[in-house]
Amino acid sequence: MKHLLEMRNLSIDLFRGKKLPPVKLVEGVDIDIDKKQNFGVVGESGCGKSITCSTLMGLLSFPLSVGEGSSLRFLREDGTESELTSLSRAEMRKIRGKEISMIFQEPMTALDPMYTIEDQINETLRFHTDMTRAQMHEAALEMLRKVKIPRAAEILKDYPHHLSGGMLQRVMIAIALINNPRLLIADEPTTALDVTIQAQILDLMNDLRESYDTSVIMITHDLGVIAETCEEVAVFYAGQVIEQASVDAIFHEAAHPYTAGLLRSVTSLGGAQKTLYAIRGTVPTAGNFSAGCRFAERCEYCQERCRKEAPPLAVIAPGHTCRCWLHPAQKEGTA
Amino acid sequence: MSQELLDVQGLKTYFPIKGGVIRKTVGYVHAVEDVSLTIGEQETFALVGESGCGKSTTGRSILRLIEPTAGQVRFDGQDLCALDAEAMRKKRRDMQLIFQDPYASLNPRMTMRKLLEEPLRTHFTQPQKEIDERVHWIADAVGFSRDQLDRYPHQFSGGQRQRISIARALITGPRFVVADEPVSALDVSIQAQVLNLLMQLQQELKLSYLFISHDLNVVRHISTRVAVMYLGRIVESGDTEAVYCHPMHPYTQALLSAIPRRDPSEPKTRIHLEGDVPSPANPPKGCAFHDRCAQCMKICSEEAPAPRVMPDGRRVACHLFDG
Repeated sequence: MKHLLEMRNLSIDLFRGKKLPPVKLVEGVDIDIDKKQNFGVVGESGCGKSITCSTLMGLLSFPLSVGEGSSLRFLREDGTESELTSLSRAEMRKIRGKEISMIFQEPMTALDPMYTIEDQINETLRFHTDMTRAQMHEAALEMLRKVKIPRAAEILKDYPHHLSGGMLQRVMIAIALINNPRLLIADEPTTALDVTIQAQILDLMNDLRESYDTSVIMITHDLGVIAETCEEVAVFYAGQVIEQASVDAIFHEAAHPYTAGLLRSVTSLGGAQKTLYAIRGTVPTAGNFSAGCRFAERCEYCQERCRKEAPPLAVIAPGHTCRCWLHPAQKEGTA
Repeated sequence: MSQELLDVQGLKTYFPIKGGVIRKTVGYVHAVEDVSLTIGEQETFALVGESGCGKSTTGRSILRLIEPTAGQVRFDGQDLCALDAEAMRKKRRDMQLIFQDPYASLNPRMTMRKLLEEPLRTHFTQPQKEIDERVHWIADAVGFSRDQLDRYPHQFSGGQRQRISIARALITGPRFVVADEPVSALDVSIQAQVLNLLMQLQQELKLSYLFISHDLNVVRHISTRVAVMYLGRIVESGDTEAVYCHPMHPYTQALLSAIPRRDPSEPKTRIHLEGDVPSPANPPKGCAFHDRCAQCMKICSEEAPAPRVMPDGRRVACHLFDG
């Protein structure tokens, strides 16, 4: 296996009762994550980016489930491959927090208010290693210093409400990285933080990624965060990947009208023209997708064909895929 | 510049901290500390800053939704702080507020029609026919059709709900609107729609905005003048383009350099701020920013800098520009 993670034809179903067919919230997602890669997932709220990545942690629960025919192959530490969708809960627990870990959006609510910072860091260590109490203390202290928390020894005894949002997010990063995971999923890690704190956290994550050799999946709605941190980007719209390319290609040669529109509405901010470029309409809700292209209703370039036939994800340039009829595949077959 | 509509001088809002068994006041949170600003007719004045810097409290103190501790707010030449409750209530026809979270600010049990009628019934007594006309007019203005009027908030998306909030604020025909983070809860593609609507309505209805936001790009786009707040104080204010192109106060410089780049090929020039914003209950002595400032001098920890008017009309509160 070449990649650290191979996501193939991933779909996520929403159960609606026995008589109704399930709604597909996410459909046909193919993503490969390389070792030490910084992968960005961008999209608006409700587009399925977060649940796609929660699937990797085995965090989907009723009424959500992984759809038939989905495959998530993960290269383990010992060199074997695991199919994450078919692992038992006990096996998944061994991976979670050890080989794949996650940073959540709101550090203020993601930590347990009843336990000290040390207890919460040690929880992961206790489960995955055989360290003694003293060793765990040392490891936790060391980790807090790595995430640049001042007065680390005192902070370990504090409870979450003693710390600010930026500090808590550092603690979250410490918990996520303490077992040296191979894959780190960061779900909107800076959305709840102020810009100056966001800048601190993003820089910290960039530094740590280099010293830990970890692959990072950065989930965000902010194209600026993507530009700051990622190498490869997948753009989600209404439960599908509509475009995937390197960061430079996305920002300079965006092919899909949705990606181009998003970039235009962001970059026209502060520009000379007073009226902002806006994509008309709203995101369709899951279950109400049209048979054709899901963006057709809002698209400036919509043609007859777009409403009837769903475009495939086609390779339009080396390393650049796009789901749009405007951009015919470079060669036969889809990516 | 156009004529001043709103003139705020030396506004202070403190919140008492209660402690001990008998809930005695043991200190004050200095939420707003000596804020002065003026807003002209049909102008958009923006307040930016990080969370907890007092920008929302400033907005609410101006409308007297929170009683300011000290200071003067003159609206159209009249001192608002001197008005009694009834006179203030009447005055609120002319000054309205748009809230941040459209999911929390609309009553889920009222239809859009009821939501829009409510401010009219509070502020005016007029026959139902006129109310209907007014409701239809504002619904048209913010882009709703007649048959959507009888729907409930949960049937609308976030962007549509924010348009209802805007309609609710504008239906009494105000001249001054405080927009408190009106687009922060919305997705990028919807933000642009709402911002365009706000700018278009400003032209049509001749409104002045106090636009409160932490999103620096949005502020740059929508405002003509901007004030940067830090720990309850305005550290720099002036024409938006001048402040964004040549920030003078070290905090403004750091704040603007922290905006994520829009283009990965742009060079990275970032000023790092260490640590967090200090607590407004116990602000540092001297300049509030001195313990995080890279250019801190001896005087900064001793004396709070007074705002100084720069040659280009900007006001900057920093000892670097003394004398």
